[in-house]
Amino acid sequence: MNAPLQFVPASAFKQRAAAAVADAHLRSSFRNAMDFLIARRAAQFPDAPALERQRAFAEHIRKYSLARLPDLLEQLERKLTDNGVSVHWAETPEEANRIIIDIARRHSTRLMVKGKSMVSEEIELNHAMADAGMEALESDMGEYIVQLDGEKPSHIIMPAIHKTKQQIARLFAEKVPGAAYTDSVDELIGIGRAVLREKFMTAEIGLSGVNFAVAETGTLCLVENEGNGRMCTTVPDVHIAITGIEKVVEKLEHVPPLLALLTRSATGQAITTYFNMISGPRKPGEKDGPRELHLVLVDNGRTQAYGDEQLRSTLQCIRCGACMNHCPVYTRIGGHAYGSTYPGPIGAIVSPHMLGLAATHVLPTASSLCGACGEVCPVRIPIPDLLIRLRGEAQHAARPGEKPMLGQGAAQSRLIDIIWAGWAALYTRPALYRAFGWLATRFRALTPPMQSGWTASRTPLQPARRTLHEQMAARKRS
Amino acid sequence: MDEAGRRHYPEKPARVYLFGTCLIDLFCPEAGMDAVRLLEREGIEVHFPAAQTCCGQPAHSSGFPEQTRAVALAQLRLFPEAWPVIVPSGSCAGMMRHHYPRIFADDPRLLSEASALAERVFEFTEFLLHVARVRLTDRGAPARVALHTSCAARREMGTHVHARTLLGQLPRVEVAMHTHESECCGFGGTFSLKHPAISSAMAGDKVEALKQTGAQTFLSADCGCMLNLNHTLQKRGDPLQGQHLATFLWQRTGAEGEQR
Amino acid sequence: MSARANILQRLRAAPQATPPLPPDVPAFHAACHAGLAAGTRAARIALFCEKMAFWHGEVVRVTRANWPQTLRELCVTKGVRSLLHGEPHTAALRAAGIGGLKPYDRPVDAWKKELFEDTDASLTSTRGGIAETGTLIIWPDVDEPRLMSLVPPIHFALLDADQLYDDLFGAMREQRWSSGMPTNALLVSGPSKTADIQVTLAYGAHGPKELVVLMLVNEEELK
Repeated sequence: MNAPLQFVPASAFKQRAAAAVADAHLRSSFRNAMDFLIARRAAQFPDAPALERQRAFAEHIRKYSLARLPDLLEQLERKLTDNGVSVHWAETPEEANRIIIDIARRHSTRLMVKGKSMVSEEIELNHAMADAGMEALESDMGEYIVQLDGEKPSHIIMPAIHKTKQQIARLFAEKVPGAAYTDSVDELIGIGRAVLREKFMTAEIGLSGVNFAVAETGTLCLVENEGNGRMCTTVPDVHIAITGIEKVVEKLEHVPPLLALLTRSATGQAITTYFNMISGPRKPGEKDGPRELHLVLVDNGRTQAYGDEQLRSTLQCIRCGACMNHCPVYTRIGGHAYGSTYPGPIGAIVSPHMLGLAATHVLPTASSLCGACGEVCPVRIPIPDLLIRLRGEAQHAARPGEKPMLGQGAAQSRLIDIIWAGWAALYTRPALYRAFGWLATRFRALTPPMQSGWTASRTPLQPARRTLHEQMAARKRS
Repeated sequence: MDEAGRRHYPEKPARVYLFGTCLIDLFCPEAGMDAVRLLEREGIEVHFPAAQTCCGQPAHSSGFPEQTRAVALAQLRLFPEAWPVIVPSGSCAGMMRHHYPRIFADDPRLLSEASALAERVFEFTEFLLHVARVRLTDRGAPARVALHTSCAARREMGTHVHARTLLGQLPRVEVAMHTHESECCGFGGTFSLKHPAISSAMAGDKVEALKQTGAQTFLSADCGCMLNLNHTLQKRGDPLQGQHLATFLWQRTGAEGEQR
Repeated sequence: MSARANILQRLRAAPQATPPLPPDVPAFHAACHAGLAAGTRAARIALFCEKMAFWHGEVVRVTRANWPQTLRELCVTKGVRSLLHGEPHTAALRAAGIGGLKPYDRPVDAWKKELFEDTDASLTSTRGGIAETGTLIIWPDVDEPRLMSLVPPIHFALLDADQLYDDLFGAMREQRWSSGMPTNALLVSGPSKTADIQVTLAYGAHGPKELVVLMLVNEEELK
């Protein structure tokens, strides 16, 4: 289980996507699961104008929080410190891992149990822990399954969505000592429960993510259904929470409107089983809870997004996953094809800041710009606009005086530049454009039978006999 | 976003401009001609500025803002009179109505021109329904059709609502729903060239859904989607073919004796 | 420079257009509820019960006089051999003659294994409930620590119907949460669950498999 998880470079995206769409099994898994989640979400929002009001307000809260981000982070730090929490800051994944490993070493850790945390995936913590000779065990059922099979999550809310229960049954029978083959979901969950309860009891450290960090009270909020998050944050002697710097809100009262949209957008639940609000470690006289509580605030490219007023809206995200559930591309290829921690539309707009455009420039192109993501986003991130923007940044060097994005211009191509320059030259010269139309229609028989990606599954495009321009001109003359 | 809910529609005008779009110009000019015929039948004079080329959307969605701006600028002043500008394509209409003002946001003069133009841009079915306020007479045999509206048309222009309402005026036309009706057909402009595997999978699912309705034809107000789906069907040797809504409406409601 | 200083410096160097006004949550909340009749006690009770049932939680209506007795019966029916409880309820539970009482009277470290492996059920108080979502508000404390509502397979929770709120914002405001949060505060809506295997719902993922709410009501509300 300590084998490093594979890091899949984004450059192989097209290959993986092609393999995924050819996998009928995977296609139907994702289609069915996404249809289910779409229907569940829709049932939660019967009143469209009410939903629009909620989205507008949630967007307002997120924009307000981001506008005050540095102040709120300082306020959060102050409050948490007063509450007895140690606050750490990390600019890079390496720094974050080092902070966590140092804490773990101080406590002679053998085992860390983990609640669901996408940021810990983002920094490849499990890998770093393994390198440091310590075990990091995922305890969210889906994450546990995925880790047991040496994989990464394929969905940010439903990590093992790509697996059937039969596959999981075989996996458990093979990898869990003493587990007999069963494809009863209840029994499979029972097996996971038994294994993990043992681990909760013995782990020296519990790690969790954070859904909202409240500055005014110094409160870390966690959303979950299973109870593993509560186990990780309560049973071990040390709790380390890790979060991106963008998750902070000013006031406790800012939480309910966001929470209501988060759980409804994610899984179509009005609320999750547990909403866990943690404001400090065990106090004298209290009989359980961690004795030490740490918060690691991670940048990892977020300040780059923050530095640009349009791209800043990326940080409004509350990680509900609705954009991927509704994305026709994600539905066809699943999460693994993206090769980044965050798949789908949100992954395409957030990954370039974390990994740089050189490694991720293909991700923003993997969208038909249909707009479904932007339409369902509970905090109204204009995802299609951001995809377009990132397509541009990937293909153009920064203008003089502008600070380049990480990997800016990495996808620049002389040929593509020439094509678009030629395109613009043609379409800004009406007479030339009409002449082109005249020629294309006259020589329509010469249309190439192979047209790049188009003819892979389509017959070639062929110009009409006469352009609309010509027909309208002829009408005018007659 | 349904435009009808938030847009103030003017009285039926005597004259309009037609912005034909680059795809219709080269690949589906009949759709453009049928749109003209339908408008003229309503007593509206159609002006077609000869200098028009493309709205700029291909460069816009590919991340080439400079080229987008140049091409958009070349269209901006082609419609000097205060007449409506009719666009028989939802995504091009969306580009001119919603994106032009943002493209020129940094130049107050161009911005005011772009905003003024945006106010006059109507998607074709939207115009027929809400401005021309047509009353269609069904002259065809009973037919079962499916409807595919492009994503931009649906989300930026509310075309799915307008098209359905227009078809509702034809008593012998039954509009069949297909599964995942609001889902993209996989065209996405350059997306279909850049990611053929994913695009094909999406197009394949869409044609299967359309076929399952048992419809004789399917209709779209966007030439891009129509080309994507028709050429996919042709490659599969499938007889089902889609039509532009303008063509379908013209043929059903007034084309006798004028068939090409 | 430290990571902290670098991050804050980059954030402060970012361009800022006019910042949005502070979100007016009470106004938003009022607008969302405009046109709806103010919740009555009966409506709150009914809604809470409906929603809690949706989450697979059981609601049993009890009175101040009979709840220990009802709990005893429930323990017998469910085969509970050991019931974890806090000091404030000791007398009432003893008086009802419930067997296998186990007070949470020492730090967990001393008896973790017993808690995990040999404790059938627990009883906790609650700080109230939220009708809109069928949610319990639980603030663990010295007497009723955090793990009581998590580790035993059955969780009994005592809820006073007087402390039902329409929604989360209402509860937060009425109870003035922002003036001081405990080390741990919880909202609990049903027993622990997961849908991580093929989106099939299964209960008792890591926490309780059953949640039973003993709702304290007036005699005439017992129905």
